[in-house]
Amino acid sequence: MALVLTEEQSMLRDSARGLISDKAPVSHLRQLRDNKDATGFSRDLWKDFAEMGFTGLLVPEEFGGSGLGCVEAGVVMEEIGRTLMPSPFLSTAVLGVSALSRGGSAAQKAEYLSKISAGSLLAALAVDEGAKHRPLQTAMQAARAGNGFRLKGAKALVVDGHTADLLIVAARTGGSPGEAAGLTLFLVNPKAKGVATERTIMVDAHNAARIAFDDVEVDADHVLGEVDQGGALLENLLNIGRGAVASEMVGLSEEVFGRTVTYLKERKQFGKLIGEFQALQHRAAQLYIDIEISRAAVLKALQALDADIEKADSAVAVAKAKAGTTATRAVQEGVQMHGGMGMTDQFDIGFFMKRARVCEELFGDANFHADRLARSRSY
Amino acid sequence: MSDLDQFRKETRAWLEANCPPEMRKAATADSDVFWGGRNAKFASDAQRAWFERMRDKGWTVPDWPKEYGGGGLDGAEHKVLREEMGRIGARPPLSSFGIWMLGPALLKFGNEAQKKEHLPKIAAGLIRWCQGYSEPNAGSDLASLQTRAESDGDHFIITGQKIWTSYANYADWIFCLVRTDPAAKKHDGISFILFDMASKGVSTKPILLISGYSPFCETFFDNVRVPKSHVVGTVNRGWDVAKYLLQHERAMISGMGDRGVSRPLGQVAADSVGSDDAGRLDDAMLRSQIATFEIDEAALAAAAERAVDLAKAGQSHPAFSSAMKYYGTELNKRRYEILMSAGGIDALEWESERSGGGARPRAWLRTKANSIEGGTSEVMLGIVAKRILDLPGA
Repeated sequence: MALVLTEEQSMLRDSARGLISDKAPVSHLRQLRDNKDATGFSRDLWKDFAEMGFTGLLVPEEFGGSGLGCVEAGVVMEEIGRTLMPSPFLSTAVLGVSALSRGGSAAQKAEYLSKISAGSLLAALAVDEGAKHRPLQTAMQAARAGNGFRLKGAKALVVDGHTADLLIVAARTGGSPGEAAGLTLFLVNPKAKGVATERTIMVDAHNAARIAFDDVEVDADHVLGEVDQGGALLENLLNIGRGAVASEMVGLSEEVFGRTVTYLKERKQFGKLIGEFQALQHRAAQLYIDIEISRAAVLKALQALDADIEKADSAVAVAKAKAGTTATRAVQEGVQMHGGMGMTDQFDIGFFMKRARVCEELFGDANFHADRLARSRSY
Repeated sequence: MSDLDQFRKETRAWLEANCPPEMRKAATADSDVFWGGRNAKFASDAQRAWFERMRDKGWTVPDWPKEYGGGGLDGAEHKVLREEMGRIGARPPLSSFGIWMLGPALLKFGNEAQKKEHLPKIAAGLIRWCQGYSEPNAGSDLASLQTRAESDGDHFIITGQKIWTSYANYADWIFCLVRTDPAAKKHDGISFILFDMASKGVSTKPILLISGYSPFCETFFDNVRVPKSHVVGTVNRGWDVAKYLLQHERAMISGMGDRGVSRPLGQVAADSVGSDDAGRLDDAMLRSQIATFEIDEAALAAAAERAVDLAKAGQSHPAFSSAMKYYGTELNKRRYEILMSAGGIDALEWESERSGGGARPRAWLRTKANSIEGGTSEVMLGIVAKRILDLPGA
């Protein structure tokens, strides 16, 4: 498959860019932050997303979606990255839908997928427990109780966890932390007894929560996939999430880089445009090259996810690590080359730096994925 | 089954049947590479068989037109052939500057007589070419070159000196930049001309490098007579040809690393460093360096693939090969720094049989030229800044 977008994918990009740049420029995020908005994103915009078919992008056609793949999800994520739009797209339309369509029973799909597609149901994936992303270290217990399970433990960095109507929770029905066997995914109602959600205001003014589960009862028919066998499904979901976040980071990097290059062509010091200085030119050129290479690695990973998700592991590790390292550099160079202006809250550049830091941490940082690649290559 | 799937199936079967097992591993010694030319010798029967079979299919230059000795493959088919060769680790059957550099320039700028004369001989490995670009005072500032070509009836008389001429001492012909109008601005008085290295007045002198090898020469021209019909393109417009060819040279150099063919670097390192009980390289810092390197290496491979696809879709920037050249060469230098570190004291031996005559340290030193030849890394970054990012005054 050619490593370029198809005509349909380019059209999708154009329509996503049109909507997002029009209705959710960076000032949209700024406003939500400054107003301490309780929702943290715009429900009206989510309706627009539903009308444009973005909420159901990955939903199979029989449930009212478009049945498209990770490349298309990445196309939208990249546009979200350009304006830092806070949106449940990742948590709900990408992760929630992938979880249900890949692991759900017929009844579960019927119950949730059409609603997500219609924009009337929000989901959130609850995996991380410690400070770093270590999915196999999941310790949260799901003990058998009556006709179901009883969940006890706590999750952190649950993206959009404060507004979710449905939680997808990874817990241990067997095995020990460090093992893939014994992991099970559960569909949990956030309003169930024993669920305590704390919205965490994050550095990037995007949405996340810490959620505590204190002996939360879950029926057996709310298991997603097979008991004890959730590790493989979880890994697939995480890889989809990694590909999506990597796309967001490519969009973010390109935008912050574009703004920086524009500034280099406007700002004068010592009687010259600062973009005339070779010290800055070479750094800008290096960054451009890294962004282009990251873009290729990410598209490669998204195509690999769509072609055969079981074989996409290395490509995803490469994409997430490379896009993360590049985004980290892009935002640092962005602030540095904007000089004092880059340090002001009034200027948008800082928003990009903050979001890049969260994206880098989300679903494993560059070190995590480099380690994964090394393991997969037996060294 | 689509035509392309059918092509893949047939190609795979043909390669399985025709690529000798000895040709399915990466070239390590100089003699593993077949360069062709009047004095070419095959290092083995397998090398000869592989070359002749591929030549007969036109697959020494798969995407050149059939009438010039090529395989006539379109972009998609060529990609399939590369992937299928990569799948079995097949070596290129013929390597040459004629294939990588002159051929593409002739296809674009050459007249019919020049194409008919030179391209089939490149494809068949009959003539080995060298490149006369750099001069002692024209390196990064290539357009300041001074080798003179003075008009004498229907001939030019060429006098001057080239340097860093790769394998000039083995080459049969040279493609050369000469100054045909000393009065014009520096980019406007240059012509691109072809001549036989056996011509009277041509001499070469190998340059000993830090690797202990002499892949480059100084090349001297003392009143060499060359027919004017050997100019490619228009007289005094040679810089256009030179730039176009440089893009191909840069693409070639950026692909010089042995990506994808050899074992993962981490496993090579484990041979000398060892592994711990969990199977991890027994040097955590080196392991981390290698894994980070392999991330960049895989990402670059994707970018190289994408560059080809973008070109096919007519969406590529003409200066993008400079970006790839920069990244590819810097990466290859990193690879060899890691290999030297992983090899430890074993990688320091220079002459022993055990070390293959110091193969690793010599290769390590050779890579240092990657970011100089074909345009330095600094020149590449300058081109990206000016032509792609449109930064001022660059």
